[in-house]
Amino acid sequence: MLEVHNLSVQYGAITALHGISLTVPAGGIVTLIGGTGAGKTTTLRAISGMVKPTSGRILFDGQDITGLAPHEIVRRGLAHSPEGRLVFANLTVMENLQMGAYLQRDSQWIASELEYVFGMFPRLRERLEQHAGTLSGGEQQMLAIGRALMSRPRFLMLDEPSLGIAPLLVKEIFARLVELNRERSLPILLVEQNAHLALEVSSHGYVLETGRVLLSDRSSVLRDSPEVRSAYLGG
Amino acid sequence: MVFPVAQRWLLAALILAWVASAVSSSIDPYFLDVVMGVGVSVVLASSLNLINGFTGQFSLGHAGFMAVGAYTSAMLTTVVAPRLGWHPVLLQWVFFPLSLIAAGLLAAVAGLAVGAPSLRLKGDYLAIVTLGFGEIIRVVLQNMDMVGGARGLTGVPAYSNLFWTFGTAALTVYTVWALLNSTHGRGFLAVADDEVAAEAMGLDTTRYKITAFGIGAFFAGVAGGLYAHLKGYLNPGGFSFDKSIEIVVMVILGGMGRHAGVVFAAILLTLLPEGLRELGSRSVPNPFGGAAWSLDWIKEMRMILYSLMLIVLMLMRPQGLFHRSERRRRGA
Repeated sequence: MLEVHNLSVQYGAITALHGISLTVPAGGIVTLIGGTGAGKTTTLRAISGMVKPTSGRILFDGQDITGLAPHEIVRRGLAHSPEGRLVFANLTVMENLQMGAYLQRDSQWIASELEYVFGMFPRLRERLEQHAGTLSGGEQQMLAIGRALMSRPRFLMLDEPSLGIAPLLVKEIFARLVELNRERSLPILLVEQNAHLALEVSSHGYVLETGRVLLSDRSSVLRDSPEVRSAYLGG
Repeated sequence: MVFPVAQRWLLAALILAWVASAVSSSIDPYFLDVVMGVGVSVVLASSLNLINGFTGQFSLGHAGFMAVGAYTSAMLTTVVAPRLGWHPVLLQWVFFPLSLIAAGLLAAVAGLAVGAPSLRLKGDYLAIVTLGFGEIIRVVLQNMDMVGGARGLTGVPAYSNLFWTFGTAALTVYTVWALLNSTHGRGFLAVADDEVAAEAMGLDTTRYKITAFGIGAFFAGVAGGLYAHLKGYLNPGGFSFDKSIEIVVMVILGGMGRHAGVVFAAILLTLLPEGLRELGSRSVPNPFGGAAWSLDWIKEMRMILYSLMLIVLMLMRPQGLFHRSERRRRGA
């Protein structure tokens, strides 16, 4: 579904990614784990076109999307829920969701997608007219995911969905993500600091360190690997 | 359906401006001048609100766009118009509006020229670039002999009247309002709120920013044309950084991205200095007997009072005079 070959990204003189390769199969959940500055967010931003790679190729459904503008990539069905749950704080919950469907013109379709999102996160329905900036962290994350879903993506990228959220809500959100992946066979590329949780829900994992892929394997294998255990799972 | 109602309001405003214009000969000329100045301010503030308020791009170059428009239309009416040999009525009612449109278009071109390369910049950086642009315009005008240079351009015919100033003001407010309430309107707000998230939603953020800059600059140019034919005299000094700041203050005071708030602030901030000037020419009776107390000090302190009011307002109501109230209704 998504193939990344030898992706390199530089910010000025600093090289953030030194030739990363990864694959996300159709219907799979793949996670990128690693410490701060490993290049996880940069990888997602490069895939969604927000930063221009210096070299490498990104194939989505067999088509080369390297270097396309973000809106062209979204149009192809690749949704990105950015780090720090960037909701539109001054718009209401409803308006945020409508913004997610920005590229959709079919109003019936939008309505059915809204219902799906509300089914997934019933709290959002209760907060429809509230400004998104007044939601709790967990609710904002739900909104960010729901908003990404409104574009009817064929591929979903999530950046740190657990960041700064109450543990109970994190569990709920991850359970919904797994459901979403199963029900719609929607492939998900998940960036997470919480390696334990990420390896639990994913089928495959990549461990990044200073812009390189250190390890990649099935998630169950990574969970038991001594290197991963000591570095990311706390022994 | 909101549109027909808004269009009716626009029509009503235009008719009102027409009627007011017809009876304007009986109005005190000083008062008329101030009132027309209010109309020009509304155009400037409302158009800047599209850029700074709704789209969140901090521009400090609005006086520059205004200058482009002012000189364009003034050159058209002073140099080109006399050669046409048209009847004065035709000049005021046909040629003048055409010159305003030309002024707006040229200002929009200037807006796009400065906007296209610099809109990658955000916040303070964009502010500095637009500030530099405004200064360049002013310095270029100051050194252009064709437009009078530093001496200024005199003899601009007084074509601006209540109809043109208020008609344009109504049209500007309506255009900005209609744009924000169109299918794509929320895109501007999304860009202002969070550019990265807006990009992730599939918005072409650059296109939104350039559209805002182009339309904002267009109306600034038209406002410049109105101003030129209101004052009858243009001087590059009148389009300095201070003028840009004055417009920015109207937008901030009215509450960034509030339609009515910004219109109100534009009216208030144009009338306030005049009001204080008027107050300063009066005196109050001395309660202890003797000579009346002159309020002359207000004249000298006018700018200080004005600044103090702004400081107090910003401390008490940093979100602007009008906040939220009108947002609630939008999109409901």
